[in-house]
Formats: sequence, C-alpha cells, structure tokens
Amino acid sequence: MEIKVMHQVMAWNEDVSDAVKAKLADHQVCLVNVMGSPGAGKTSTIVALIKAMRERYRIGVIEGDIAGQIDADAIHAMGIPVTQIDTDGACHIEAMSIEKMLPEFDLDNLDVIFVENIGNLVCPAEFNIGESFRVALLSVPEGDDKVEKYPLMFATTQALVMNKYDLKDYFDFDDQRVEQSAREQNPEVAVFRLSNRDGSGLSELVDWLSQKIDAQIGRCQG
Amino acid sequence: MHELAITQSILDIAEKVAREHGATKVKTVHIKLGEYSGVVPQCVQDYFDVISQGTIAQGAVLDIQRLPVVIHCLDCDRDSPIDRRHVRCPLCGSTHLKLIQGREFYIESLEVD
Repeated sequence: MEIKVMHQVMAWNEDVSDAVKAKLADHQVCLVNVMGSPGAGKTSTIVALIKAMRERYRIGVIEGDIAGQIDADAIHAMGIPVTQIDTDGACHIEAMSIEKMLPEFDLDNLDVIFVENIGNLVCPAEFNIGESFRVALLSVPEGDDKVEKYPLMFATTQALVMNKYDLKDYFDFDDQRVEQSAREQNPEVAVFRLSNRDGSGLSELVDWLSQKIDAQIGRCQG
Repeated sequence: MHELAITQSILDIAEKVAREHGATKVKTVHIKLGEYSGVVPQCVQDYFDVISQGTIAQGAVLDIQRLPVVIHCLDCDRDSPIDRRHVRCPLCGSTHLKLIQGREFYIESLEVD
C-alpha cells in the first residue's frame, strides 16, 4: 500500500523558527545569526561590535558552545545580557534552543541579539533559528578556497566577513577569489574585510549592520 | 552530523503516518530533496538503519530523489535549471533571480504493509 504524505522534513525546525521570528518582531528585536569555523573570530567580532554599537542599540548575546562557557563569561564581563546554549556535543543550534532562551531576556529592553552559532561551516547553515539575517565569518588563515568548499554556508548568508584581514599577506590569501566565488553563489551578499586587532573594516560592517537592524526594528537612520 | 536530527524527524513522521493508516511495516520512504540542501542522503540512510531498529520502520529503504535547482529570471522572464555554484541566469546572465525549486525537503509518500 502506498500512502501520500507530503510532509516537510524540517517542519519541526521551520515552525519554531517562524514562531521565534514572530515573537521577536512583536518586541522589535533583531536576531543576527553569526556563523563561522572554530577560531574564525566569532567572539572577538561580536565583542568588537558590542563596543562599537552599544551606545546606539541595546544588545544581548546567545552563545552556542558544544561545551564550556568561556565565551559567555567574556561577554558577561562587559555587562551585556548573555545566555549560553550548551549543545552537549551537537554540531549546530536549532530554533527550539533559541525559543527556550528567549524568556531569559527582557525583550522590551533589547534591540539586537547576536547569536554565536557553533563553530562549524557545515551543519549550522542547514537550520534557520528565527534569525533576521546571517553573518558568516571566514578568517584568512582558513584559506581562500573555503567558500567553494562549503557552499551552503556562504550561499545562505547576507554578509561575508573576511576576518583577520591583517594576516592576508602571510597566507597568500586571495580575497578577490573569495569575493568572486561568494558572489557566484550568492549575488546579493555583502562582503567585508575586517581586522579585530587594529579595527580596520569595522566601521563598514557596523554601518551595514545598523542599516539592517534599523530596517528590522523600524528605526530611522541617524 | 546534523543528519541525525533530520533523520529522527523522518522516522517520527513515517511512524506516525503509518500508524494512522493502520500499517504494521514501513518498506520504503520516498523523499524529495532539493540540490540546494547540504544533506547527505547516504548519511541519512545510515542513521536511519540504526535509529529505526525495533520500530515498524526497521529495514525501510529511504528513496531520496534530488531535485535540481531551478531559477526564474526576473529580467528575461524565463525558467532555467542551474548549478548552485553559479547562481545566474544561463540565458541572459542576470543575477536578478527567484529560486523556484531546489530547497525542497519533504516526505512524498510511504510504501507500507
């Protein structure tokens, strides 16, 4: 016997992702899904963004880590509300984890939540977590072929940040190759070159993020 | 590795639907998977073989059919299948596109006893 089913396999995640989105929209909060390899500089970038943007936005952070809370402690020390998702070995964050974390925040007093996803270029790309948009980091030491090797991550992101850009000359890193291959898969992607050591490129990223966040939370520029 | 969570969802849906129809055994699960997805079909089958043990879906074959990525070009108004690594209209070169197929991931049907 054959039974017609027509059931979305990812429905368990997509439904919750939609619910998270709706809840955040009610409270006019923007959720930014920050992804990249272990060591790409996700935490350093979030810390730099907090410093640059905290005067203008009320910021919270959700830290995803397979184990430990080193990153969460660093953010907490800055006086920023932070919660930790300990995935206990899992390779990605699902929308359900974000939904469970939202009650930990005073959403009426927040504008932006940065989610630091698990360090991984494969699995997190597959799961929407209710984000307003995605930011994918690729650090120079990882190599300029990674956009071609991990297509889904870089095809589904709204921004590609080449991090540790100050190291470019030590690694024969071809930033044009990265930008070109990213645009081949994702013509609309915004591309940034960032160094958290000297702060170069940060203002461009902050400007872009501010525009996206303002559009999301219904705030005018200026 | 994320395929485990996805496979659990496939098993849950197959078991639930089969039970609702009074079936005692799931033989085949027909699945459609867009090429845009990063899910590895063989990996899903391997996980399924393990987690379905002792259920009515034990031993079932997952027939996973890939659907090519198809775009609609907003400039020349034509549909074309594309390679996801080169996202542009193959007919006019535009990158002003709408994805019309390639993100699917659903269970189409079950074969049961």
